[in-house]
Amino acid sequence: MSERRNGAPLVEVTHLKKYFPIRRGVLSREVARVHAVDDVTISVAEGETLGLVGESGCGKSTLGRCIVRLLDPTAGDVVFDGRSIGKLGARKLRPLRREMQMIFQDPYASLNPRKRVGTIIGDPMRIHGIGDRKARKEAVEELLQKVGLSPEHYNRFPHEFSGGQRQRIGVARALALRPKLIVADEPVSALDVSIQAQMVNLLEELQDEFNLTYVFIAHDLGVVRHVSDRIAVMYLGKLVELSPAEELYTRPIMPYTEALLSAVPVPDPDLAEKRERIVLEGDVPSPIDPPSGCRFHPRCRYATDVCAQVEPPLVDYGNGHLAACHHPLNVDKETLARVEVSQKHTPEAAAEEAVPEEPATESTQPESTEPTAESDKPAENEWLDRFRRLTP
Amino acid sequence: MAERLLEVKGLKVRFATEDGTVHAVDGVDFELDRGKVLGIVGESGSGKSVTAMTILGLTRDKNTRFEGEAIYKGQNLIELSESDLRNVRGNEIAMIFQDPMTSLNPVYTVGDQIVEAIRTHEGTSKRDAKRRAVELLRQVGIPNAPHRVNDYPHQFSGGMRQRAMIAMALSCNPDVLIADEPTTALDVTIQAQILELLANLRADFDSSVILITHDLGVVAEVADEIIVMYAGRVVERGSKRQIFYDPQHPYTWGLLGSIPRLDRPKPKKLHSIEGTPPSLINLPRGCKFRPRCPHAFEKCQEEPDLQRRVEDPGHLDRCWLSVEEKRRLRDATIAGGAQVVA
Repeated sequence: MSERRNGAPLVEVTHLKKYFPIRRGVLSREVARVHAVDDVTISVAEGETLGLVGESGCGKSTLGRCIVRLLDPTAGDVVFDGRSIGKLGARKLRPLRREMQMIFQDPYASLNPRKRVGTIIGDPMRIHGIGDRKARKEAVEELLQKVGLSPEHYNRFPHEFSGGQRQRIGVARALALRPKLIVADEPVSALDVSIQAQMVNLLEELQDEFNLTYVFIAHDLGVVRHVSDRIAVMYLGKLVELSPAEELYTRPIMPYTEALLSAVPVPDPDLAEKRERIVLEGDVPSPIDPPSGCRFHPRCRYATDVCAQVEPPLVDYGNGHLAACHHPLNVDKETLARVEVSQKHTPEAAAEEAVPEEPATESTQPESTEPTAESDKPAENEWLDRFRRLTP
Repeated sequence: MAERLLEVKGLKVRFATEDGTVHAVDGVDFELDRGKVLGIVGESGSGKSVTAMTILGLTRDKNTRFEGEAIYKGQNLIELSESDLRNVRGNEIAMIFQDPMTSLNPVYTVGDQIVEAIRTHEGTSKRDAKRRAVELLRQVGIPNAPHRVNDYPHQFSGGMRQRAMIAMALSCNPDVLIADEPTTALDVTIQAQILELLANLRADFDSSVILITHDLGVVAEVADEIIVMYAGRVVERGSKRQIFYDPQHPYTWGLLGSIPRLDRPKPKKLHSIEGTPPSLINLPRGCKFRPRCPHAFEKCQEEPDLQRRVEDPGHLDRCWLSVEEKRRLRDATIAGGAQVVA
């Protein structure tokens, strides 16, 4: 974890929504909407790495693409380096493109097979009119070296490289314009484990050298832990937990995070046998018609009636750890007494019928204690009162 | 003693190409007993998939040369005629592939494809086969199976397609199931579901499984025995406990070290195996791992045999370092200077 945050957020996403319309019939009437990203507020500090995790279809890639404006948000705004870019036109956006780049998941599909490596990496500079031909060639050769390839690779075609090497070409292309922000969308998922480690280390070195800010999208919590300063967990378009990286692993609050953590295979047979595995049933529900209340409740093993009815607000549990859950795990009573609903994330719905259970006491293990069955202890009523007071 | 189902001895597979001969598999031996799970681990290009495909005769071509044998219930699959082999494929040994998106036919329903597999090997009626297909889909955990059996592959999610593939592979009650990277294309949560399913298969169907993967974490959950492959060779072989708690080959250490682990404190830097696997046309002299091995010394110019170097029976490796040296050196390689119990 690098400690170079100088406070000022480079990216501020406010109440971002991205819906994709589904059109049917002769008149292409909109019949439904895919709620890909649904009211997400998050910021990324300069020099920070924000990990974005969740299963396929949770909207993490859509959010990443909205941040660099590859997609136009339906509502809400993205502020990049002090400028609002959510509604900026293509022409005004173009100079800003230099400052934000993307690395894609599939190293086979993201490089044009008919272009040489030199052209692929040099094109961003050509398009933005940087340097002459000779200067660009030198810059490309330097970049190739930076990402661990050799300058002789300048005239080769992508098919001559292995998956890991291709991903390095993708990184060099993203670096060509010396951006401030790089959104890396599953940059290591398609690679072998041994090559993944090389890529992760390379990305960290480059971050130090060029003072880059990363948004690192992945479905694997193991890889994300290594690169991230903070981690955001998404589920069905919603931000469900946001935490300093290490804290998420020792103290997950949202049961979904707990399940994600337990799904990562442990390369230790004894431990693998001993630990309790939470296998989530089924797939992520359709984002066309997301479940009511807490979107995770149909797959959650702690779910009660309230979860199906009331959408939990993002609550600040201190230390920058936010989570949206009616039955928070790993939270002690004192913390619970202090917590407040995060200002920016107040939902419209009030928690009218909220009857939260006794939260689990704090433990350092990801495996948390089972919450007790519904009861009516005073502590809970207190929590409920506060919950009601804080939600307008 | 469990029944021995499959025995591979000195298997070599070479492909003649325009650029030269590709030594894809260069001496692989292993045995598989009934009810066991064998993990084959290695990077892309280590020959693990070619080994599996050769067992089923899927690499046969005029450019391919084979050596060695693969004995399944007394018959050598390498030399079996194509028509005899057809009875083995699917019926006795079934395979599931990495990419569930491309291994199902998009223009037939999932049910039709399973029915076809059943009826190819057994003379059952269409109706009975369909009933079996529904039952199989239910067994692999497809919700609402009687309904979903009529769906097309595109109506299934990635995890469900892989389940459908497994259902198809199980349709003829095979004795051996070869799973080639069955979870690589899937989310971790779905991977956990599929691994649990594979582990249960052993109990429910009494099948043996060969699980091919590049991720040692995956085999830690389900395998009994593990072979680690590099550049077409087996570089280490042993029981799960031997491989994880007393790994002998520097390549195995590298694989173990490059897994980002959640069960240990975060290391400053992930260990990675530098460089890339060698070209299988132009293999390095001596130990094939030598160019990437941080512990290589003069003796590595000569290739070590796969043999037992530790006290434990059944634990073989291909490395010249002495056992004491290995135990001293490896802790630094495996992430976070982790404690390794001998």
